[in-house]
Amino acid sequence: MTRQMQQQGTGSQQGWSWLWLTLGSLYFVIPLLATVDFSLRAKKDTLGFTAYANIFNDPKFFESFTFSALTGVAAIALSMVLIVPTAYWVQLRLPRLRPVIELITLLPFVVPAVVLVFGLIRTYSTTLLNNRSGGWILLTAAYVILSFPYMYRAVDTGMRAINVQTLTEAAQSLGANWGTIIWRVIFPNLRVALLNGAFITFAIVMGEFTIAALLAQPAFGPYMNLLASSKVYEPSALAVVSFALTWGAIGIVQILGRGKK
Amino acid sequence: MTLFPPSKQPFRPIAAVRLHFANADRPWDWLGVVPFFGFAIAFLLIPAASIAIRSVQDNAGHLTLQNLLDLRQPTIVSAYWVSIKLSVVTALIGGIVGALMAYAITVGGLTGGVRSLLMTFSGVASNFAGVPLAFAFIATLGRLGIVTGWLNQVGIDLYQGGFNLYTFWGLAITYLYFQIPLTVLILVPALDGLKREWREASENLGATSWQYWRYVALPILMPSLLGTMILLFGNAFGAHATAYALTGGQINLVTILIGAQISGDALQNPGLGNALALGMVVIMGLSIAAYSWLQQRTARWVK
Repeated sequence: MTRQMQQQGTGSQQGWSWLWLTLGSLYFVIPLLATVDFSLRAKKDTLGFTAYANIFNDPKFFESFTFSALTGVAAIALSMVLIVPTAYWVQLRLPRLRPVIELITLLPFVVPAVVLVFGLIRTYSTTLLNNRSGGWILLTAAYVILSFPYMYRAVDTGMRAINVQTLTEAAQSLGANWGTIIWRVIFPNLRVALLNGAFITFAIVMGEFTIAALLAQPAFGPYMNLLASSKVYEPSALAVVSFALTWGAIGIVQILGRGKK
Repeated sequence: MTLFPPSKQPFRPIAAVRLHFANADRPWDWLGVVPFFGFAIAFLLIPAASIAIRSVQDNAGHLTLQNLLDLRQPTIVSAYWVSIKLSVVTALIGGIVGALMAYAITVGGLTGGVRSLLMTFSGVASNFAGVPLAFAFIATLGRLGIVTGWLNQVGIDLYQGGFNLYTFWGLAITYLYFQIPLTVLILVPALDGLKREWREASENLGATSWQYWRYVALPILMPSLLGTMILLFGNAFGAHATAYALTGGQINLVTILIGAQISGDALQNPGLGNALALGMVVIMGLSIAAYSWLQQRTARWVK
């Protein structure tokens, strides 16, 4: 009797579950299919890859793509150099500072990108921004700030999983100095965590529009937006490329996450 | 007889460690965190503080409350109102739809392949915002969009019927594309935390399924549910790129107004732009504070 009731319960539960899941999935899948479909219609009455060919033949595409990719790599590297030693030092010597660091790395959620860039421009309009590469420096710095929540969380989780104190003592008793410990002991032990933070940051930077556009930088996001004002089908091809890129970056993060378990 | 289970933590000679590290009294320890704090101060705290300071200064640098009072202008009030409405609507719908989907792949029993597919997709889609997302919805529901075309063929003319992708509801539908996945990502762990024993206990006491949800599960889930919605609110409230790319800056949102103020002093008053940005930070700060308060309440149950 009880078992029967339970089975009935599960049956109707599963029915509802399938219903919600199907409705939600339709909403997720239809725009993707529509975008792919739309991107193939550049030539009248036939489906084809004309829009994609147009994009890949556009030198501006590669210029802006490379620009954003390089900026992303610079931001990731700087973010790691700032976060890893700090998280290490706080764990080892200054645990009282942990809440402060946590608060600062969460601030980018409180200060939206458009407000951050507003503050940066107002603060540096007469100094850094008069410099020729000042805009790029501010862009990279802003991306480092945007990466803080993801990078710090990943590093902090990774740091808790290894025994920092023991590793440090072991390295010290073998005669290593601080630089060697951080570079050759701590960094390699955080490989998975760092890759995690790096790929999320990369995905964010590649599609970022607001900060790059308002700092007038030739990044991929502003390029995509500009293309929409003159072309009809190419933007949807770009959306497909961009979605594939995001899927690639986040997919790698999730595979890394699974490997950890 | 031992009443307390043995500690799971490995034995650590605490005294020895203390001795080793506190031995030399190191007054220079703080030097290690200087690069991080220096960077955060230069590129986050000073810019944020300058907004706050400049919003109570006039053009000559004198202290004034005029900028904050000027926020009562009809355009600005309406920008805040539309931004808040959009954020609340997408947080509510996104929260509810996301919760139902999260339910389906946890308590609802659709674990396995479907679950990991939805989780992977949610990880991607919650990061898929901005310009490309706007393009995807233009290709779907724009005037020439594929779905608009399908509906036309069965005799439904969306745009005749008053729908317009480039206005409030079009924006809301687009925002949901990252709001729903974000909800799924946050709520699945919370729903996984519902213990089977709670359901069994309430069934043993004769509770119906509705009573279980009404009096046991929902009260436990409520802090995470509300917390998620607050996070969604902030997520939509701070969004700029999606709205800009979709409407070309033609919708009156706070973020769009700040963007216009940066590119060309649209308000014709620099101080007012600062006050506008300050208002955003205050609203975001309040919602994050509420979120962390709810998080602490959740932590009581999920141990």
